[in-house]
Amino acid sequence: MVHGVEPWVEDTFLSTEQDMSKNRIPFQNQDEQPDIAAQVVLPFKKSFEISLKSLKSRFLRNMVTVTSLILAVSFLAYVLVGADISSGLYHSGDLDLIKALEKTGYEPGGSAKERWIVILSLLVCTVGIINAQLMAVTERFREIGTMKCLGALDSFVLRLFLLEASMQGTTGALLGSIFGAIIAILVGMLRFGLDAVTMLPLNEVGMSLFYSIGVGFGLSLLGVLYPAFIAARMRPIEAMRTEE
Amino acid sequence: MADQHTIVRVTGVKRNFKLGSTDVQALKGVDLEIFAGEYLSIMGPSGSGKSTLFNMIGGLDKPTEGKVYIDEVDIAQLDAFELAWLRNRKIGYIFQTFNLIQVMTALENITLPMIFAGVHNDAAVAKGIELLDLVGLHKRYNHKPQELSGGQQQRVAIARALANDPAIILADEPTGNLDLSTGEEIIKLMNDLSKERGVTIITATHDYKMLNASDRVVWIEDGLIKKIEHRDQLNIDVGCISMA
Repeated sequence: MVHGVEPWVEDTFLSTEQDMSKNRIPFQNQDEQPDIAAQVVLPFKKSFEISLKSLKSRFLRNMVTVTSLILAVSFLAYVLVGADISSGLYHSGDLDLIKALEKTGYEPGGSAKERWIVILSLLVCTVGIINAQLMAVTERFREIGTMKCLGALDSFVLRLFLLEASMQGTTGALLGSIFGAIIAILVGMLRFGLDAVTMLPLNEVGMSLFYSIGVGFGLSLLGVLYPAFIAARMRPIEAMRTEE
Repeated sequence: MADQHTIVRVTGVKRNFKLGSTDVQALKGVDLEIFAGEYLSIMGPSGSGKSTLFNMIGGLDKPTEGKVYIDEVDIAQLDAFELAWLRNRKIGYIFQTFNLIQVMTALENITLPMIFAGVHNDAAVAKGIELLDLVGLHKRYNHKPQELSGGQQQRVAIARALANDPAIILADEPTGNLDLSTGEEIIKLMNDLSKERGVTIITATHDYKMLNASDRVVWIEDGLIKKIEHRDQLNIDVGCISMA
């Protein structure tokens, strides 16, 4: 164990010592600013601009990704808000409503089958996002390589992809949860009439919406993680490849 | 010429690639010195190791054996951050396929390396316009790459390569995707720039038009330097080629 640790300690020690002595880039003249941190940068505002631009220019492709997210999130929101409606009716104490509920096969707390379907749909959606983002990365190999030739760090590329995914995630999750909630409420009204809305516990619906938005956003980021990592690790030499 | 500053030094560089189970030696021990301010062409048939050598000089690939020094700094010793700095400030890249970032306008393409270098946006735009003027595309600053002809795109790429006043410009087959007269214009532009700005230009090419502009030509064959010729020796050779 001790033998395993020792070189590591030595190594870190060496590198900090090196950092002290080479506070400047080897190529810099003596009179130049030695402040390394400010030497290669991508301000957040600029990265936001770039991500927005690439989202816009690949609008159709992005809409496909976002649509899969919308569908999955709206299904989640539909199930959650549907459960809210049912529990609102269940706790209303109105025997007719409870009877009507039981006729639809309602179980307090939601059925296991429903939960599995939701999880499955989210899983399928994540795989879809990973697939779409991997395609996007492949398509943009040259762009990423070029940026690296211009001096972009791995972290710039990672940040661009994460930013794009979070924008897609926000859009998809917001739209999806709103659609899902609206459909759930409409279906509830169809089944139980206006009582479905009047008995609706609003704060629970709010929580459900919040939850679905969070899950959608999380899935979008989760889906982009691996593709973004591949993109960030790509070597700039790829930009030189002549074949399309 | 004797007291010239050596900007790139290549010593005993070998590079092996694995092609399936066999090792292919693309470079078999190359020594080369490149002086500041010269226009050097690396000539050779495809598969000669020309591009491999070129990528080594640009810090895009690491030699299996031997060293590449830029300004007497061994680039194999640089960390990711320093390499990014090198690509950002010290080297400008020009590609055969132009490699402009498609989602950005001409001006944005040119300002990107300056943004990476931490230049303030207004200053970057001012300099970008100035550079576009220099390559004769002042009126096209707001055009996307798809809206520009090949020659115009390559001009934008040249302006982009000059953005951070690099000491070296690496051009990989800069005329490879251009017709004869456009290629000549690009060569003339690069030649003028090297003379006016004192930038070292290194090109990999098999375009014989490039010969007249070059101060020196390095002929590579089968992973080795066959000969290095100065411009005054060249004209005779060009004559021979055209006669042959």
